Amino acid sequence: MSTSQELPSESWSGSAGARGPKVRSDCWVGLELAESGGLELELVSTVESYYGDGIRSLLRTGCEALGLVNVKLRVEDGGAYPWVMMARLEAAARDAGIAGEDWLPEVDAVATTTTSRDRFRRSRLYLPGNEPKYMINAALHGPDAIILDLEDSVAPSAKAAARLIVRNALRQVDFGVAERMVRINQGELGLGDLEFIAEHGCHLVLIPKVEDPEEVRAVDRRLSELTDAPVLLMPIIESAKGVINAHSIAEASERTVALTIGLEDYTADLGVQRTRDGRESLFARQTVINAARAAGLQAIDTVHSDVSDPEGLRAAVMEARGLGFEGKGCIHPRQIPIVHEAFLPSEAEVSKACKIVLAFRDAEARGLGVVSLGSKMIDPPVVKRALKTVEQAVQGGILIESWESEEGSA
Amino acid sequence: MSLQENSAGRQVPTEINGREAIPYMGVGGRKMDGHKAAPLIRSAADYPDSGDKRVDNLKAALVNAGLRDGMVISTHHHFRNGDLIANQIFDIAKELGVKDLVWFPSASFPCHEHLIQYLEDGTIHHIEGSMNGPLGAFCTAGKMRGMGVLRSHGGRWQAISDGDMHIDIAVIAAPTADAFGNATGDRGPSACGLLGFALADSLYADHVIAVTDNLVPFPCLPWQIQGNNVDQVVEVEQVGIPEKIVSGTTQITKSPDRLLIAEHCAKFVRDTGIMRDGFSFQAGAGGTALSFAIYLKEMMIQAGVTAGFVRGGSNKYLVEMLEEGLTPVILDGQTFDLDGVRSMRENAGHQNTSPFTSYNFHGKGNFASMLDVVILGATEVDTDFNANVVTHTDGRLLHGIGGWQNCLASKCTILAVPSFRNRIPVILDEVTTLCGPGELIDVIATERGLCINPRRTDLLEASKGSSVPILEIHDLKREVERICGGAPQRAKTTDELVAAIQWVDGTTIDCVRGLS
Repeated sequence: MSTSQELPSESWSGSAGARGPKVRSDCWVGLELAESGGLELELVSTVESYYGDGIRSLLRTGCEALGLVNVKLRVEDGGAYPWVMMARLEAAARDAGIAGEDWLPEVDAVATTTTSRDRFRRSRLYLPGNEPKYMINAALHGPDAIILDLEDSVAPSAKAAARLIVRNALRQVDFGVAERMVRINQGELGLGDLEFIAEHGCHLVLIPKVEDPEEVRAVDRRLSELTDAPVLLMPIIESAKGVINAHSIAEASERTVALTIGLEDYTADLGVQRTRDGRESLFARQTVINAARAAGLQAIDTVHSDVSDPEGLRAAVMEARGLGFEGKGCIHPRQIPIVHEAFLPSEAEVSKACKIVLAFRDAEARGLGVVSLGSKMIDPPVVKRALKTVEQAVQGGILIESWESEEGSA
Repeated sequence: MSLQENSAGRQVPTEINGREAIPYMGVGGRKMDGHKAAPLIRSAADYPDSGDKRVDNLKAALVNAGLRDGMVISTHHHFRNGDLIANQIFDIAKELGVKDLVWFPSASFPCHEHLIQYLEDGTIHHIEGSMNGPLGAFCTAGKMRGMGVLRSHGGRWQAISDGDMHIDIAVIAAPTADAFGNATGDRGPSACGLLGFALADSLYADHVIAVTDNLVPFPCLPWQIQGNNVDQVVEVEQVGIPEKIVSGTTQITKSPDRLLIAEHCAKFVRDTGIMRDGFSFQAGAGGTALSFAIYLKEMMIQAGVTAGFVRGGSNKYLVEMLEEGLTPVILDGQTFDLDGVRSMRENAGHQNTSPFTSYNFHGKGNFASMLDVVILGATEVDTDFNANVVTHTDGRLLHGIGGWQNCLASKCTILAVPSFRNRIPVILDEVTTLCGPGELIDVIATERGLCINPRRTDLLEASKGSSVPILEIHDLKREVERICGGAPQRAKTTDELVAAIQWVDGTTIDCVRGLS
């Protein structure tokens, strides 16, 4: 194995991935097409003594699958997982103009989870789509959803490679019970992104910077062409125009389950600073909440961008919850427990909700149309809210699942 | 050299560096009788009545001490990567043309890479002590003439006091000392906290030289090294580089996965009832262990629990617990930051210790076995809960044992490890190098959850109802291999033995082979 001569990058017909001594769980692949000579493989790997044989075998298989016959291949590996290396080789081949077959990793049993329209979406953890190292353990931190991001966290030059990382991650990575979301790009690029995710176990697509309901309908139509899977949508409102059109955006597609807001872009659009108390965005946030509720959707708040400020995050979530948001974006795993805790109902709320739910069950059992607690009649929406509060309390671990029988026996 | 299979099934030599070596006989398997080693008889009449033992410089002291070929020279590692003295000793030996010395440090650091030239030119024959970084790589490459011998902190005391290792000259770098040789580590420009790792050397070596850059009028108070054991005192410009003495080991980890491991450990300790009034714990210096202490502190405050004592490696987080009343005592084996050094000076409850009190197996008990819980690291663990702390799966020798083996005696030993590191599995079928037997390791704590040793039915029972995920270790190994793409290839080694791993009782539990 010769590692001494590194060719200048210009001389590669195609390349993809990350290189350098700091690369972890990723690799760089450079390939040079030739007329003859078969496969010439040069591998430098931090895990050579652990997986060197397996890596060479994987790369040979990949070249066969991608139709790379006469090729000089250089791989600089910093501990890439097999599905990552597969994505990088395929991306390099595409970069070199080889329009061969897809080289898909098997769909792992852990990657076949499903979702539902009305599940909790308290926390959603953003994961840069071209950074596999953050994906592998993301679910361990317990987010309600993970977002594989193809948009703002991916450099323009890496968009094509990131699609393959996201596709392979969807097929291979254990995201546990988290809902598997992908944030696509805007416009045509975003519609192109769908081809790499629709059929690969993506539960929900976040559409960025939506200003017009037609943008949502376009994504809906493309998804219907690509898959029978019930892929859900969550449009992100990030501009003044988007806020004005919030209601029609919310109602644009049957697939839509939630509406969310992005305040960095919104405040930039207004030409104002994003402040801590957020007065400049109150109108937008309330409009989005109102539009979402009017369309029967969840309203989900923006991210809290200061990772080193857990108290600020807690306060922001309490405020969001007070306004009517049901979820918050997270950019670091340590934000998740804080968000979940802050979305928990208070002890008094839980205790009141339990009483209402018991009264509701009692009325049901006795076939009564009206729920009453003491001398007070309870309206149906109050019952609905109580049921939701109880569910949140159980899921948040502050109320045991069998609370009804415990209460009943007491 | 003949090999013999020890009771852990590992092939080990029956002779190491010309001395008879006893293969490991199982936990508590080796029964000893007879007397310990004893130092030479010296007479006060041969030392100055004035108590002033100063000589001009280190070279003069080494010449006075009779430095000659083949001697065993010991140093301590309280200055960590800021040590300036060990390298100077061998610079002088080289200048004097002395050959075949054995360096017997309590640990080595990257700053000792300087000594590789002396291993190459014959000034140093071999090293018996933890070999980290460049020295470890040098040793694993089979370039050292003798075998490296790795011992735990307690095992080093055992080897000295049993006479397995005889020290000819001990050089004790001291942050503060008087001309009689009384010395302390808790003050002076190079303050490092305590000098416990040098205590055995001061008691058992044929000749003891104290070196300081802060000479104070007699008596140096307090003292941990007694001048009555010291032959000569040398005053130098600087014994250590302060900012490297209390180096970056006390950074809390920012890695979310490691924070998760730390949180799992703390919740486990809380939920199993180990955390109760009067309990005790020890957590090492790594980022995960530090974060564990921080989580545990929060939980102790919430539950209104105070500890009976904690063992350090002290740092500012343990000092906060002491000063906030969460523990009345820190029993400190080495001080990791300036808050620890300050606290040792100021707080009566911050007690310096030594490997004798904390770790020595050939004593009448030690503190480690009294600990309710200890959090340690490892490079590898296997499905029988055996663990490795000195080599990686590729066979390279990279870390020392430290107090790790000794701490396994605690009532609950938790190894906090990621289940894989950058695609390299940590959970294996069999560890590359055996350092600690599985029967002493109770819990493997990873980011994916905790594996409890099936022997500990009590802990399995106590952890029911805890929010921490409890996993079966074979399931965890399968999951790790699914992620990493199968089990890793094993290291390709030669037949050459490059280092021996000693158990706490002086037997050989495993050895490290050269890499092909």
